[in-house]
Formats: sequence, structure tokens, C-alpha cells
Amino acid sequence: MTDELLRTPLYNEHLAMNARLVPFAGWEMPVQYAGVIEEHKAVRSAAGIFDVCHMTEFRFFGFEVLEALQRIVTNDLVKIAELGSALYTVMCDEDGGIIDDLIVYHTGDLEYLIIANAANHQTDWDWITAHLPADVEAVDESDRTGLIAVQGPMALHVISALAGSTFELPGRFHIAEARLGEIPVLLARTGYTGEDGVEIVCHAGNAVAIWRLLLSFAEVTPCGLGARDTLRLEMGYLLYGSDMDRGVDPMSAGLGWVVPKAKEGFIGAEAIARIRQSGPAHKLVGLEVSEGVPRHGYAVLHDGTEVGKVASGTYSPTLGHGIATAYVPVELAAQGTELTIAVRRKEVAATVVRPPFVKHTSLSALSS
Amino acid sequence: MYPKDLKYDKEHEWVRLAGDVAVIGISDFAQDQLGEVVYVDLPSAGDEVIAGESFGEIESVKSVSELISPLSGEIVEVNDALGDAPETVNEDPYGDGWMLKVKVNDPAEVDELMSSDEYEAFIAEEA
Repeated sequence: MTDELLRTPLYNEHLAMNARLVPFAGWEMPVQYAGVIEEHKAVRSAAGIFDVCHMTEFRFFGFEVLEALQRIVTNDLVKIAELGSALYTVMCDEDGGIIDDLIVYHTGDLEYLIIANAANHQTDWDWITAHLPADVEAVDESDRTGLIAVQGPMALHVISALAGSTFELPGRFHIAEARLGEIPVLLARTGYTGEDGVEIVCHAGNAVAIWRLLLSFAEVTPCGLGARDTLRLEMGYLLYGSDMDRGVDPMSAGLGWVVPKAKEGFIGAEAIARIRQSGPAHKLVGLEVSEGVPRHGYAVLHDGTEVGKVASGTYSPTLGHGIATAYVPVELAAQGTELTIAVRRKEVAATVVRPPFVKHTSLSALSS
Repeated sequence: MYPKDLKYDKEHEWVRLAGDVAVIGISDFAQDQLGEVVYVDLPSAGDEVIAGESFGEIESVKSVSELISPLSGEIVEVNDALGDAPETVNEDPYGDGWMLKVKVNDPAEVDELMSSDEYEAFIAEEA
């Protein structure tokens, strides 16, 4: 990786809107426009848009593509046999260490699209292509692909207005071709905020036009990575690099649900089965704290002894207090367990809870 | 943005001296840099503050900063309202967003702080 920060196709739009730009995973990204809390609340109450063009997109095709990807990811792609369906998964090394989390979209006949973390772009490419048979084609489409997330209870209203009255929106965890105005896109009914909405996959050259189309709606607020982080943590969604990495297996991370018991023959299967059998020594838990803001790396204590560190921590704008995740010994992972977090000079009370921290959103309304 | 009747220090605190009691808060520049304040941890009345040393912490969603005292003395009053409404620091940094009232040991310490114009020049240089 070079020292030069990469810029998304929307960089000049962010500058023009006085966004605060910060380095993130090798990219120069907007952390906020008007303010993290304001943007957060806009997504929970109306609609927010996020520049996530930095993310990684790979496309795979060939007759053996299903078998090849089945060997790489932990979740079972048979669940997305239907064209247009999508699946959240991780991929692991032989020891069960998580290399990345991703969404696999079944975009076409013998064809899949994978969207993964920007920080793992090269690692993922190297890992996947090293484990792919020669006659399965892999294409790194990241550079020419733009990605804009539109999230919030008003998101679909905006998308419907742009896609036309006859357009039928894809269902949750589905993807479909659409035209926004005259621009051809893929609309993925996925996201990282806990709200209903879509992620618009487009040609990088059309990202600015789509961004401007979206902003022409009064209910749409541009949002930075700051709000993206508070929104995802309120839902208990994991962030690679904070909540999981190569040193963590899916069972410890609470991701057993993306490793179906019946599936065999994928990388890490034996190691994960052993951990599932014996039970992990540590587990990722949610913590609600009484005061202060817990942050990554702060010590988590039980009876005065350090038992773990905060993985992700922030202030929850919806709840009005601090929330965190942390790996703690399994015997301290039960709901209601009282721990403390060393928030610098103070030790504050922290109670183990089961995420999501925020229970009611436009997405939870959808599935109930 | 930087009232003329206040004094400022390089840690972006402001001071308003009346008699031997100084009111202390953070500047508009500081609150803007921090973003929306979600938590302010302040000491108690009766505690001592020492020039150049931390007297508390201020947190926004994304970051935490030490509050550094611009002068030395004894705290006579703390703005407890910031406990429930930390956002007041953003909304009114020179008014309701004040933090401490301190009985200063040496009022001359205040004279050594920056004027509004000096502070503005200092910020321009830092940015």
C-alpha cells in the first residue's frame, strides 16, 4: 500500500459539501458532513446516503463457480440458488481465523458478485484467487465500480421515485437490475445500518450523477463514516479489524449462524467444527455502559481483573449512552453479567446485553 | 466567533475574569473541531486546578480530549447542567456552555493569556 490516499469518484462532491475528510483503510473518506449525531438520526428517521465506493467488488463466473466459492466461504451458497438472492458470510483460513466478512450476490447464471471490505481488498483478492480453479474467472471490478448506500425508513420511497412506478424493488437480501433516471445500476436490498434500504452498485463514472439525483430529494441527508459506525454498532453488526480479524474464529465472534453445521469441505471447516464441539474460550458480547464513551482497546474488568478489551465502542445517539462490544471469557458472557470498563481515569459499570442494542427500526418492522 | 472580552490559551480554552473569579470554557473553534459533544467529565467545586494540567475530559462521538486548565486556583462552581445537556457546549460555547468558575490564585496569570486577535492568529497558523 502506498502512502498516497485513494479517492472515490465522489471526492469532489464531499469537498464541495464541506465534509470532514479522514484517512480510512487507505482512502480519504468523509467522516461527517453536518455532524455524526444529526446524520445518524436522519438515517433512523428518514434517509441517509453513504459513499461506500471504497469497498471491494469481485465478480466470478464459470461452470465450476459454485463449487469453487463454496470451498472459500463458510456459509452455504445453496441458500442463494435463486438468481438475484444474496448471502452474508465470512471466509476463513485453515485455523478458522476470519480473513474477511462479505456479501455474496447471485447476480447471474454461473455468476456471483462479492462485496467485501476496502481494507482487505488485496488480501481477499490474493486469498480467493489462490484458491480458485483456473477455469473459474475472477475479475476485480473495484476500480470501475461505484457503491452508494441509501438507508432509512424513507429510502425505498426515494429509490422507487427514481426507478419508476413500474419497477418492482428486490426483496430483502436480493439484488436486481434497475435504471435510476437513465443510469443502469444494480440495486441490492442490503445495508449496514439496521434500516431498510438499498446499496446502489453502479459504474464509477455514474456515481456523481446518482449522488446528485439522490440529494435532490429533501428527505435525503449525506452521511459520513462516523454515522455509519454508530448505526452499525447500535445493531451489533461486526466491523472487520475491530470485532474480528485473523485471530478470531466465527464461533467466538457469534457468527456460528454463517457456518452451517451440515456444510463440509470449505477452508477452515475442521478447525471451526472442533471449536464448535469444545465451545470457544472467549465470546464477543454487547455491553451497555452507564457513563462516558467506551472506545476500542479500553480494558474490560471483572472484580478488578482485566478480562478483555473493548472491540468496538461508541456513543449511541438513539439510546443516549455508550455501547460497546468486547471479547470476554465465556463464563462472563451471559446476559446481565456486570462488568466494568476502564474509561480512562474512571471505571464505569457495563452490563452484558444481547445485541442489537437498538431493537426497533424500519428493518425490524419489515421482518416482524 | 472569538469575543473580544475573553482571553484564550493554546489548548483552546477561554477565560472571562470578573474580580478574582474566572469563568472557563472551550472556544468555538474547539467545539467545532470536536463535533457534537456527548459527554463532559468535570471535577467538583472545592477541587484545585493547576495551569497546564488536565481538569477533565470532553468527548464527541468520534474522539476524546483532555480539558487543560489555563490558570491555577480553586473551583467555586461547576456547570452541572452539562451532565444532562453536553450539547450546550456546541450550541453556546461562550455562554451556557461554560464549564468552571475558579477563584484564581494570581489574576496576573490571566493577563498572560492570548487576546481574541492573538488567538485568531494562533488558530490560523495551526490550521
